[in-house]
Amino acid sequence: MVVLKNGVPQPNEWVRVADDATLPEGAKVIVSLERWQAERETLRQRNAAVGVSLKSDQSPLLVKDDLDHLSLVALEFPKFTDGRAFSYARVLRDRLGYRGEIRAFGQVLRDQYLFMLRCGIDTIEPPAEKRVEGYAEALKEFSVFYQPTNDHRETALRLRHGLAESVAA
Amino acid sequence: MYRYDQFDATFVRERTEQFRGQVVRRLAGELTEEEFRPLRLKNGLYLQLHAYMLRVAIPYGELNSKQMRKLAFIARRYDKGYGHFTTRQNIQYNWPRLDDVPDILKHLADVEMHAIQTSGNCIRNVTADHLAGVAADEVEDPRVWGEIIRQWSTLHPEFSYLPRKFKIALIATDQDRAALRTHDIGLKIVRNEAGEVGFAFYTGGGQGRTPIIGPLVKAFVKKEDLLSYLDATLRVYNMHGRRDNIYKARIKILVQALGPEEFGRQVEEEWLRIKDSVLKLPDAEVARIRAYFADPDYEKLPAFWPEFEAQKKNDAEFGRWVRANTDPHKIDGYAAVTISLKPVGMAPGDITADQMDVVADLADEYSFGEVRATHRQNLLLPHVRKQDLYHLWQRLKAVKLAEPNIGLISDIIACPGLDYCNLANARSIPVAQRISRRFSDPKRLAEIGELRLNISGCINACGHHHVGHIGILGVDKKGDEFYQVTLGGSSAEDISIGKILGPAFSYDDITDAIETVIDTYIGLRNDASERFIDTYRRVGIEPFKEKVYGSLKERRSAAE
Repeated sequence: MVVLKNGVPQPNEWVRVADDATLPEGAKVIVSLERWQAERETLRQRNAAVGVSLKSDQSPLLVKDDLDHLSLVALEFPKFTDGRAFSYARVLRDRLGYRGEIRAFGQVLRDQYLFMLRCGIDTIEPPAEKRVEGYAEALKEFSVFYQPTNDHRETALRLRHGLAESVAA
Repeated sequence: MYRYDQFDATFVRERTEQFRGQVVRRLAGELTEEEFRPLRLKNGLYLQLHAYMLRVAIPYGELNSKQMRKLAFIARRYDKGYGHFTTRQNIQYNWPRLDDVPDILKHLADVEMHAIQTSGNCIRNVTADHLAGVAADEVEDPRVWGEIIRQWSTLHPEFSYLPRKFKIALIATDQDRAALRTHDIGLKIVRNEAGEVGFAFYTGGGQGRTPIIGPLVKAFVKKEDLLSYLDATLRVYNMHGRRDNIYKARIKILVQALGPEEFGRQVEEEWLRIKDSVLKLPDAEVARIRAYFADPDYEKLPAFWPEFEAQKKNDAEFGRWVRANTDPHKIDGYAAVTISLKPVGMAPGDITADQMDVVADLADEYSFGEVRATHRQNLLLPHVRKQDLYHLWQRLKAVKLAEPNIGLISDIIACPGLDYCNLANARSIPVAQRISRRFSDPKRLAEIGELRLNISGCINACGHHHVGHIGILGVDKKGDEFYQVTLGGSSAEDISIGKILGPAFSYDDITDAIETVIDTYIGLRNDASERFIDTYRRVGIEPFKEKVYGSLKERRSAAE
C-alpha cells in the first residue's frame, strides 16, 4: 500500500496492528484507541514509534494528554460524506497544538483531498481502486482560498491587503 | 453592489472547471453516482422527478441588470424559456441537461455568478432582508456581512460535509422580512448598550418535520468576531450533530437536545480558543467590501410629489398597486417596488425569459440597474423615484408583472410540489393557482388585507407552511392528495408556528375550506385594521374549526 503526501505516493512506513496481534519488533505501529488506552504504559516504553487510530465517533480530545507519545494520529472517514474528521484534524492542530503526522483513512476520495490538507491532514491512505494520479490533480484545481486555516496557503483576504508573507524567490 | 476582484473571478472560474472535470469523470464511470451526487449538489444540480434541476445562487438576493439578462439567456437557451425564484432568493431552472451544466456555469461566471452550495450538506447561499440599504430603520447594511459570509462559507474546508444542510440569514431592523428564526443561524445586526454594532445569534431554528423557532444563543458578537463565532458554532455542530438519522441531523435537533444554554456554552468554549486567531476580521477588509455597497447617486427630491398623489387618486388600480407593492425608502422621493411573480393562475415564483429581460431594462431605467429577489418569491426594484412609478407600473402591466397583491392572500409561497419534486406527496402549484383564481378580485384582496398563505407539497416544508398565517401541507392518503391546513403561523418578528385546524381536505375541497377560513375571519375581525393573524390570536382556532368543518358537512349533504 502507498500513502499520499501532498499528492505524491510514498511507501507506507506504518503497520496497522490488530488489537489481538503481537506488535512487530522495531516497526512503527498504528493501534486502535482501545488498545492504546489498555496498553498505554507498555506502548510508551517501546523503542519504535506508535500511532493511534481514531474512529469517526472518537474525538482526539480522548488522547489529548497522550499526544507527546504519539507520532501519528489516524482519522477515519467511514464514508466520504462523514465530515467529522475535518474538525478533528483542526482540533488536533489548532487547539491541541499537535505537530505529529495526521493521517486520513477510509473512504478518502480525491474530491475531498484538498479540504483534508487544508484542515491539517498530512497523509492519506487512498482506497485501492482509485487512480492515485487523480489526487495530485485535485490539488491543482484551486489557487484561491477564502478561509484562513493553519496550512501554508495564503487567503484571498491576506493577498488583497498585502498581508501575505513574501515568498522567497 | 459587490463586484468580483481578480481573486473571486479566478476562484469561480476554477470552480467551474473543476465541475466540468467531475462531469467528465462521472460520464467516464470514474465516479460512481453515489460519489458524484454530493459533488453535483454542491454545484446546485439536483436530479428531480423528470429531469435535472439547476439552482443558481443569488447571494443575499442581489442582482444587477446584466446578471438578470444572463439568467434570461440561460432560460431561453438551456431551459424551456422560464425560471423559478425560490424562498432562498435563488433561481431554479427545471430542465437543463447534465452535459450543458458546465457551460451554464461558465455563462454565470462571466457575469460574476455561480451555483455553489445552493444544495448539499454544507453552508448554503446566505439570504438577507430584501430591503437592505433601503429601510430607514436599518442598523447597518446587512449585504456587507452577507458578502463576508459568502466568502467565508465558500468551499469551507472544514464544513463542506456537515451532518445536514446549513442555512444562514441576515437582517438589520426590528422588522423581519427574511424569516430569520427559521434558519440554522439567524443573524440580527444590533446595537448594544455601549452603542457598538454587532450580531445577535439565533441558532437552531428550522422548519421541516420538526419546526423550531431559533432561540437566542448569544445576544452580542462583535463584528471582528463574526467569523470566529460562526466557525465555533459550526465546529460544535460538525462534531456533535447526529449523522445516524437524516431527520435528526439539523443543528436544531442538537440545540434542542443539549438545550440552548449548554449548546451556547460549548460554542463559547470553542470560540474563546479561536477568537483572537487568524479568523479575526481586519477593518480594512470590512471597509473594502462596504465600499461596494455605497448608496447609488440619489437625486435630491421632495418627499411629496403632488402629481403622484393625484395619479393614485385618479387611477384606483394604480393606487391599489402602490399600496400593496411599494415600500418606503430611506431617501425622500424614492420607493422600493416589489414586482409580483404571483399573477392570478400562475405558478408562484415563475418568470419567463422575456419578462426577465423587461425587468432588467426597467432596473436600468428606473432603479440604478439593481434588482433583488425576495424570500417570498418576488422581485424588487429597490430605488424608484416616486415620479416614475406610474410609468413603471404601466410598463410592468404590459408584461403581466403588475399584480397588486404583495402581502395579500394571493402572494402565495409555494414549493414546486409533485409537478417537479420527487420528495413531494402532493401538488402545490395547482392549489396555489386555484386559490389565486378564487381570490382574483383586487378589491376583495385589499379588503381581506395582510395575509400570508404558504403551501408545501410535503413535510420538508420548502413552502414554509408552518409559518404562514394560513399554511397548507400536502399529504398522501392512500395514494390520494390531501391537504392539511394550519392557522396562526408567522415568519416575521412576531414569529409563531401554525396550529393544525383538523382533518385534511381533498384537492377539490381545499379552496372552499380556505374561503371559509377567510369569511370566518371577516366576520370575526374587530375592524378592517385587524389583520387575520391578530384576529386568530385573539379568538383562537375553535371558531374557524367549527365554520370550516360545518360548511364542509353542509356541502357534502347538499351534494347527496
